[in-house]
Amino acid sequence: MADPWLTPRSPLDDLSLPVGDKFALADMPPAARFVFRGAEAARAACSTAFGVALPKALGAAGSAGERAALWLGPDEWLLLAEGESAETVAAAIEAGLADVSHALVDVSHRQVALEVTGRDAARVLSAGCPLDLRTKSFPVGMATRTLFDKVDITLWRRGETDFRIEVWRSFSPWLAAALTEAARGAPAA
Amino acid sequence: MSQAFRVPGGVALDRARPISFTFDGVAYAGYEGDTLASALLANGVRIVGRSYKYHRPRGIVSAGPEEPNALVGVARGPGRFTPNLRATEVELTDGLVATSQNRWPSLRFDIGAISDLLAPLFGAGFYYKTFMGPNWLGPNWAWKRVYEPVVRRAAGLGTAPTAPDPDRYARYFDHCDVLVVGAGAAGLAAARAAADSGADVVLCDEAAAPGGSLLAETRATIEGRPARDWLAETLQALGAAANVRILTRTQAFGCYAQNFVGLSERLPEPALIADPTLPRERLWQMRAREVVLAAGAIERPLVFADNDRPGILLAESARRYLNLYGVKVGERVVVVTAHDSAYRAALDLASAGVAVALIADLRDEASGPLPQAARAAGIEVAVKASVHAIRGRGRIEAVRLAAHPGGMRTLACDALLMSGGWTPSVHLFSQARGKLAFDAGLEAFRPGPPVARQRSAGACNATFGLQEALAEGDAAGRAAAEAAGRSPPDPRAIPVEGAPPAAGGTLGAPLHVLGDRHARAFVDFQNDVCVKDVELAIQEGYRSIEHVKRYTTTGMATDQGKLSNMNALAIAAAVRRTSIPEVGLTTFRPPYMPVTFGAFAGPARDDLFDPARRTPIHAWAAERGAAFEDVGQWKRAWYFPRRGEGMRAAVAREGRTVRAGVGLFDASTLGKIEVVGRDAALFLERMYANAFKKLEVGRCRYGLMLTETGYLMDDGVIGRLAPDRFHVTTTTGGAARVLAQMEDYLQTEFTDLEVWLTSTTEQWATIAVQGPRARDTIAPFVEGLDLSNAAFPHMSVRDGKACGVPARVMRVSFSGELGYEINVGSAYGLDVWKALFAEAEKHGGCAYGTETMHVLRAEKGYVIVGQETDGTVTLADLGLDWAIGKAKADFVGKRSLRLAEPAREGRKQLVGLLTEDPTVVLEEGAQVTATATPPTGSSALGHITSSYPSATLGRSIALALVAGGRARVGEKLFASTAAGAVAAIVTAPCFFDPDGKRLHG
Amino acid sequence: MLLIPCPYCGMERPEIEFRHGGEAHVVRPPDPSAVTDEAWTDYLYFRSNPKGVYAERWRHVSGCGRFFNVVRDTVSDRILASYRAGEPRPAAPVEARR
Repeated sequence: MADPWLTPRSPLDDLSLPVGDKFALADMPPAARFVFRGAEAARAACSTAFGVALPKALGAAGSAGERAALWLGPDEWLLLAEGESAETVAAAIEAGLADVSHALVDVSHRQVALEVTGRDAARVLSAGCPLDLRTKSFPVGMATRTLFDKVDITLWRRGETDFRIEVWRSFSPWLAAALTEAARGAPAA
Repeated sequence: MSQAFRVPGGVALDRARPISFTFDGVAYAGYEGDTLASALLANGVRIVGRSYKYHRPRGIVSAGPEEPNALVGVARGPGRFTPNLRATEVELTDGLVATSQNRWPSLRFDIGAISDLLAPLFGAGFYYKTFMGPNWLGPNWAWKRVYEPVVRRAAGLGTAPTAPDPDRYARYFDHCDVLVVGAGAAGLAAARAAADSGADVVLCDEAAAPGGSLLAETRATIEGRPARDWLAETLQALGAAANVRILTRTQAFGCYAQNFVGLSERLPEPALIADPTLPRERLWQMRAREVVLAAGAIERPLVFADNDRPGILLAESARRYLNLYGVKVGERVVVVTAHDSAYRAALDLASAGVAVALIADLRDEASGPLPQAARAAGIEVAVKASVHAIRGRGRIEAVRLAAHPGGMRTLACDALLMSGGWTPSVHLFSQARGKLAFDAGLEAFRPGPPVARQRSAGACNATFGLQEALAEGDAAGRAAAEAAGRSPPDPRAIPVEGAPPAAGGTLGAPLHVLGDRHARAFVDFQNDVCVKDVELAIQEGYRSIEHVKRYTTTGMATDQGKLSNMNALAIAAAVRRTSIPEVGLTTFRPPYMPVTFGAFAGPARDDLFDPARRTPIHAWAAERGAAFEDVGQWKRAWYFPRRGEGMRAAVAREGRTVRAGVGLFDASTLGKIEVVGRDAALFLERMYANAFKKLEVGRCRYGLMLTETGYLMDDGVIGRLAPDRFHVTTTTGGAARVLAQMEDYLQTEFTDLEVWLTSTTEQWATIAVQGPRARDTIAPFVEGLDLSNAAFPHMSVRDGKACGVPARVMRVSFSGELGYEINVGSAYGLDVWKALFAEAEKHGGCAYGTETMHVLRAEKGYVIVGQETDGTVTLADLGLDWAIGKAKADFVGKRSLRLAEPAREGRKQLVGLLTEDPTVVLEEGAQVTATATPPTGSSALGHITSSYPSATLGRSIALALVAGGRARVGEKLFASTAAGAVAAIVTAPCFFDPDGKRLHG
Repeated sequence: MLLIPCPYCGMERPEIEFRHGGEAHVVRPPDPSAVTDEAWTDYLYFRSNPKGVYAERWRHVSGCGRFFNVVRDTVSDRILASYRAGEPRPAAPVEARR
């Protein structure tokens, strides 16, 4: 029998990511992640079971401690629980929704998270993201699924110059390289 | 040569910083702030290019982006050569190397100039008339072998560089409240008003220095200050405002839906030399809530015989050369004009000591304040003028003209300044689908009501007076701010002194030029289109101005009507004896000015061109020396050659190893969808041809998805994890398509069902373990699962653990052997693979790639969607109709199976083909025929879909789609190869273990 | 690039986040086996393709994932209405705004 405890690997592990005040990229630690789907009753019940209010509409993500709930669609949320075991979190949610129709699917490994920070963060993201990222249009807290160039991402603004990107893991090295290149081309702020 | 034409002044220059550069190998001097054009004029260089068709010597005509003649190539080191740059826009830098174009061997002596003598051959449409044959050597033989290569060398602009471009190009989306295009008087006023409201303002200008006409303004004052001081103060205020961005060297090249404006920004050469990591250009995809167009106007050339001789240039451009760059365009000039603005140029040149021999005004009288000022300054003014001849070929020497008073006379001169009036730059307005209205009084097309959220201000709106343009800009800026949801500042009075009104203008060609078959009177300098070409086109029956444009090529290429359009329209109207609005306008296509390919490509090159997706196990395969193949964006391990092995040997070894022992295959790229909900089974019944309601929990089914038109779209194994939960797999390439089709039906057709879909493709690393020793290989690592045949039969799925982490284990096979697919969380995929591989090696196992996977499945006759199918293949064609849930009332594609074509007798069916010579491997795609030499024109019976050498069988095998194939088993057919037809015998499409005993081992 | 109002997100989003889904309000026959070949092939293959006002499906694939309908003038590209899948086409789209 092999070692029963394996260390999770990320495709970003061996990359050297840019650091600095202007622009920095960081690989976020592993997290338990779920796609939660269901109607209003399920949303309410899951909010209680997960301990984070699942947003009713596009806008700010709900968060509490290391847990967060991002609105992806009218019946679809991304639940994040940093540093927790997916089995434990799933069991707790399922226990609270025994009688409510819903779908809870573990996507902890499907995607990885990149933290994008620095004065140029929004400008660099705009190299591939077509949304208006000025804070008046994309305020702190806002989360949405969108695009970076050809790649689907979920973009969550956690501060004026602090973003978290959730992206399917196989796209993450390309995304990191594309963001790094975009930072090189950006005009001095 | 010293700078003989340099005079004092020139506000753009820094005389403390001399610069040396070369043009066609000759060294010249200039100053920082010069353009290549101004420096060449300062050095007395008059011929800067040869014309496109006739190879006539050409000089600089303008001082701006509309320049048709002075196209040069600029080299900046290896790979850094840019052809077709306008010398009027090339900023002079130390060591600049520029070359002229379209001449051989040199500008002064150009052999191609003989085409000027042959000009009668090159009339409108000469291309279409001349190069027609002979065709007796084959269709288009003469064109391809003779005309095209010769024409291509003789005609043409610059030469494309061949080395890879070493520069960086960047591309950004951007957003603003108010975009102001053009930083002349109107644009600055608009930007200032909008900025005062607090709106986010972007002000862009194509020139290195913003200011537009204000840069060359010497006489006017604005708000009590000289115009240039006002310009500097305004720019400083805008530059200091946090809500304003000024983009210089930035061309708004196209305006698309809903104020989506393309901006291309060039970075200045000195900045790039200082920091070579900077991008050479940036492309801004700007979404502006409101747009103010202040794009200015372009001075029109006059149309007369030989109006293209070097030394003949636009009047205001001559004024710009003088006032911006301290360059006089000649020692003794004649001004020919139909507009008052040219008098300003004459006055400024006279003040600088240039002899103005005559201002010849085409109009019946010249009585405005500017003509009066010219007369008061002692310059001779004559009216009712017409130009009859130009003397001088490489440079104008004299002009023969008639005017009143004075009659016909010949005036010696070394420069002729012309002005036909001003054409508003309405390109962006028109691209935004705004309709233009012809103003008969101004003889100009001006913007009508805008369609997009735009306002036009200043000269591009045919508002030419300085004070009026400033007021209009201010109003447009305020209105834009208000429309963007801001409270605008109060209107601002911007008083102007010393800017007398200027009016006038003419369009087209005068009567003595119209109808003169010998006059070389150019309408479009860049494309070498003369008045007679436009006349000929109309005579030959071209009515639509769009057809005239294409037949004559006027207004094509980079010109896009900037200089030529209005004159061409007026000539067309005159010949057709109709009005200009009747003739209509051609389309103003983007880009307004050429944009480099680099800017459009941006960072999308090399590794950044397209995401390359790699599986969690990729690094291991790469380390092992695997060859990879592209499957969509995925890089998949193709085969694992050992030392000295080629592909064929490696694949043969991998195949034998799987059949004899065990092989590991990375199947992580397979699409996976988790289907959850009360109606999950019902939903799958509707989406797939198969039945699912009775599938037991823990069991799998081979699912076949059809298009609504009845043809096979995708396949994959579907496992039932719980009554309301399924694990669906798809092909690698079909993952996104299948999920999209499922979502479509779920959201828009089967809305009665309670089901949710989630892609889990990348959640799982999938390791296929295949071969008689597969169970032995996985057993040490799998916890909590009974792997025995009875407890875990073929086509089953169980959730358990592998290597201590959660695992979804499926007993499935795409090789025909006992097989499992171990799904573990992707982050653990590599380590689990390594553990399994170490174990497999103990059983003599190996890793295998996609090629061996293909061979193994072909030996079993398993189809691959996209290889055996092409979107027109039914389940019956493939012999897979057994899988259809016959009792189901409906599923996607079912109804279509009754249509004539899918139900037709004699359709192509999947069969095996064994060549008579077992060493011959047929080509995939080869035609299959009934005889070795089918008669010409007869249809093939079918084609080869898959073909491989099979190590298991010790011979080649092939799958084919053949008309009525299943009834032909045993028949000899023929497959085409490069060496001729090859005989092959039709068989059933399964070559190995037809009873499937090995699957259940 | 168009800005398309997504009725589920409640905001305009850039066109590249969407996939076009063909003509709207083409209903799949509830019982396909009951319709004639002609009616079925009409459903499969025939679309109106007008010059002018057109109801079409879009999916906000790189956003909320939902299919919805848009009424667009194919001449001006102006979007006159945007509404959820299953809702009726607005009786009088606001062409007056032109």
